Amino acid sequence: MLRNGISALNIGLAGFADPIVAAGASVLNLDWRPPAGADPELGMLQARLEDDPDDAVGRQVAAANRDALDRLLGASPLLVDVRPAEEAIPGLTGRMLLHSGPPISWDRMCGPMRGAIIGAALFEGWAADAQAAEQLAERGEIAFDACHHRGAVGPMAGIVSPSMPVVVVENTASGNRAFATLNEGLGKVLRFGAYDDSVLERLRWFRDSLGPILARTLEANGPVDLKSITAQALQMGDEGHNRNVAATSLLVRSLAPTLVRTSTAADATAALDFLRGNDHFFLNLSMAACKASLDAAHGIPGSTVVTAMSRNGVEFGIRLSGTADEWFTAPVGVPDGLYFPGYGPEDANPDLGDSAITETCGIGGFAMAAAPAIVRFVGGSAADALNFTREMYRITLERNPTFALPPLGFAGTPTGIDARRVVESGVQPVINTGIAHKLPGVGQIGAGIARAPLSCFADALRGLAARLDVAEAA
Amino acid sequence: MSVVRQRVFRNAYRDSVELMRIAAEIEHLPGVIRAGLVMCTPANLAIVTDAGLGKGLDPAAGPNDMVVALAAKDDEAAEAAFERAATLMRGAGEESPGDGRRFVPTTIAEALGELPEANLALISTPGPYAAAEALKALKRGLHVFLFSDNVSIHDEIDLKRLGARKGLLVMGPDCGTAILDGVPLGFANVVRRGGVGLVGASGTGLQQVTCLLDAFGAGVSQAIGVGGRDLHEEIGGLMMLAGLERLAADDGTNVIVLISKPPDAPVAATVLAAAAAVSKPVVVNFLGGDAEPIRAAGAHPAATFEEAARTAARLSLGAEPVSLDGDEPEARLLEGDDALGPGRIAGLFSGGSLASEAKVVLKDLLGAEVAADQQIVDLGDDEYTVGRPHPMIDPRLRSEKIVEAGQNPAVSVILLDIVLGYASHPDPAGALIPAIDAARRAATEGGRRLAVVAAVCGTPGDPQGLAGQREILIDAGVHLAASNARAARMAGLMVQPAAMREVPA
Repeated sequence: MLRNGISALNIGLAGFADPIVAAGASVLNLDWRPPAGADPELGMLQARLEDDPDDAVGRQVAAANRDALDRLLGASPLLVDVRPAEEAIPGLTGRMLLHSGPPISWDRMCGPMRGAIIGAALFEGWAADAQAAEQLAERGEIAFDACHHRGAVGPMAGIVSPSMPVVVVENTASGNRAFATLNEGLGKVLRFGAYDDSVLERLRWFRDSLGPILARTLEANGPVDLKSITAQALQMGDEGHNRNVAATSLLVRSLAPTLVRTSTAADATAALDFLRGNDHFFLNLSMAACKASLDAAHGIPGSTVVTAMSRNGVEFGIRLSGTADEWFTAPVGVPDGLYFPGYGPEDANPDLGDSAITETCGIGGFAMAAAPAIVRFVGGSAADALNFTREMYRITLERNPTFALPPLGFAGTPTGIDARRVVESGVQPVINTGIAHKLPGVGQIGAGIARAPLSCFADALRGLAARLDVAEAA
Repeated sequence: MSVVRQRVFRNAYRDSVELMRIAAEIEHLPGVIRAGLVMCTPANLAIVTDAGLGKGLDPAAGPNDMVVALAAKDDEAAEAAFERAATLMRGAGEESPGDGRRFVPTTIAEALGELPEANLALISTPGPYAAAEALKALKRGLHVFLFSDNVSIHDEIDLKRLGARKGLLVMGPDCGTAILDGVPLGFANVVRRGGVGLVGASGTGLQQVTCLLDAFGAGVSQAIGVGGRDLHEEIGGLMMLAGLERLAADDGTNVIVLISKPPDAPVAATVLAAAAAVSKPVVVNFLGGDAEPIRAAGAHPAATFEEAARTAARLSLGAEPVSLDGDEPEARLLEGDDALGPGRIAGLFSGGSLASEAKVVLKDLLGAEVAADQQIVDLGDDEYTVGRPHPMIDPRLRSEKIVEAGQNPAVSVILLDIVLGYASHPDPAGALIPAIDAARRAATEGGRRLAVVAAVCGTPGDPQGLAGQREILIDAGVHLAASNARAARMAGLMVQPAAMREVPA
């Protein structure tokens, strides 16, 4: 009566499979558990948002996700320029700073973010000293906005001020642009909230020297295909978030001859010395490339694809393609990881930065299989690294054919986080991250692995359901 | 002296039925006084606390965690019990113990990646989660066998309308059994394949009819369960109509049987109109309902499950079916001495529809007034199954009730159903024997006569074995009948007031 005989999924009592097996039909037992954190209403809401060719909502969600995935996978992010932020980023003018994560006001900001704001105010010459800078912020004389609202992404505190040089990444497939500051390296750096003279000195050198050098180099060299560099780097032990040594090397190798040709010997030596010493230089490019790709997939009504995951040191926030510019937030925790000697979890700031855009795009923690060294941060083995990536396939819609993972038989990276799958399975997106000291100015004190809070994804589904007029309860 | 101890297993979901089964085993370990295994939902934790097993429980335990809570003689006994529980838990979840890394899907979406040709979902999760699983299955084009109960009628309406729109069967909620293309689902018996196709809103009714078809020498093409509420007015018989349509088109089906309690009148009219439009013979058993409208629709009315099976067998085989074993004892009983009147019948049923059929038979035999005095209970009803497995799986409650009936001077006949087949207890007859013996002993000590009457619903192909189960009952002095209807009739004759008794020629 059923075409091709019975082939069954058994959900619940395992013993119900026995008669089916005895009758010679095929059956698969699920390791079922109550979905959606054992919340039946949320589970039903998620079920109502599932694809269904015979239902208007199910059709819309399926088509929207297909569209989002096509745009995400089809993105072509190129590094085209390095420009002062006020020239590159629309609307970033006057006394305005961008910060990482979902929007947050000065009074709620964490230590490292406040430190970075003080540093940026000093760098821009808005204040003479730290105290004056704080007073400016307290009096509301500095405007703040989230990087994500203006096409930008910033690691850790993510502070972008008008005269900082930013990389300009153009997604030629969709024509949109994304921006990120230049990576400062490790040690005392603005993104971890440090603002002493060495930090400000480096920022000035970026503005006056490195930025223009890179701009000239790119002009002479032509755009650099960032997707191609990431694809190669994934086969060389990088994962595009916490390990960038291969990608940085590939970038420098490709730009060095032109950089030397277009610069004075002293400038070229200084620039190449800096790049040689900064294994993380590519991180900000990786982030901008991911942002340019995900922004192209953003804003498709009905889509459950996650287009941003980000933290501001107080809250974790996500955005869905189908819920426009709404943020869904939850308190953010301290990552699980290893600390530099002399530091421990009690010193750590809760997780911080826009760098989880890499995981949102299917690399970073999602590509852990490419970089087994990363799992040592949490005492894991090489096999654990593969399992992190395998687990992420459970919550993503596609495998990115451009980003192949050799240890998994060259399978593509898990791409296109589906909020429905996260809510249903309870599998939390994994994020590789650095750990900042909670006091401004101390800097990085460790690195580790964080998990995105589930409630953000549940709230995002509720938000989407409200837009689609899908009821939570019967 | 005793100690109260718990061990929490984080993120270790198990079905409550499985947990109760493990709890029962743990409770029998030496030194264990009481054991509870539950998922740590607020309601379950309240139960654990009320049972005196909550003292010292980790407050961090949440709904995705499982707790083993014990009262034990000492810590050593508790530790041994925890270890045993852990072992039982491990054995329960693993598909292939040799390969720990093998991917086991946890959701329908994941499972379809592994078995893309799947066309049916069997759902037996706790009720509050079942409708969402069914919805996901339907959206992905799977037929649904929904064993779970406690699904709201609103969800049932939505699911069945969706199923009807997509041309998919929604069997249930609270659907006990089905046989599709020869594959038994849920509580199903191993029956011969043949030409009779059935749609039933009654689980044990379908089991009884399919088993009797087997006994009559006929066979089953399809048996489609639809859940007990399908013929309520709100649902409108959506799935009985869908099943009827499928059977009408099914080449392997030459006779159709419809089984339900008497439906709401408009639904009965719709179903009978649909039956009238089918060219194959249709046998209709609206248990205890009016035969006239059925006849008017050109269908064959059947008052009992046995009559439904006999009529369908005759129509399907084109000949009079073989006679059933067990005609004889009933005749012998009619001859006098075995009649026990004027005591009462304690009918202790595991099958709800079998209890209903017994009531119909007794009312017909004894008249409404006398029949109402008989105590026919369905121990599978919700009021008895809260927090414990169904009596077809777990004989403990029924054993208690049998012993109680033996001590009750007003009871002279205990009437039982013994349901075989997949998912039922591995030895349902044997499991009741200690209680039956105790009941009879109590009656003898009280100077009373007590008869025990039973029918076995099963086939020779069932995992428990029909012959062996019958033998166990006969050896225990139980009066066996060949069908549930006959058992009810036999019990009725035993308590029939002398004035009503007619000894046949």
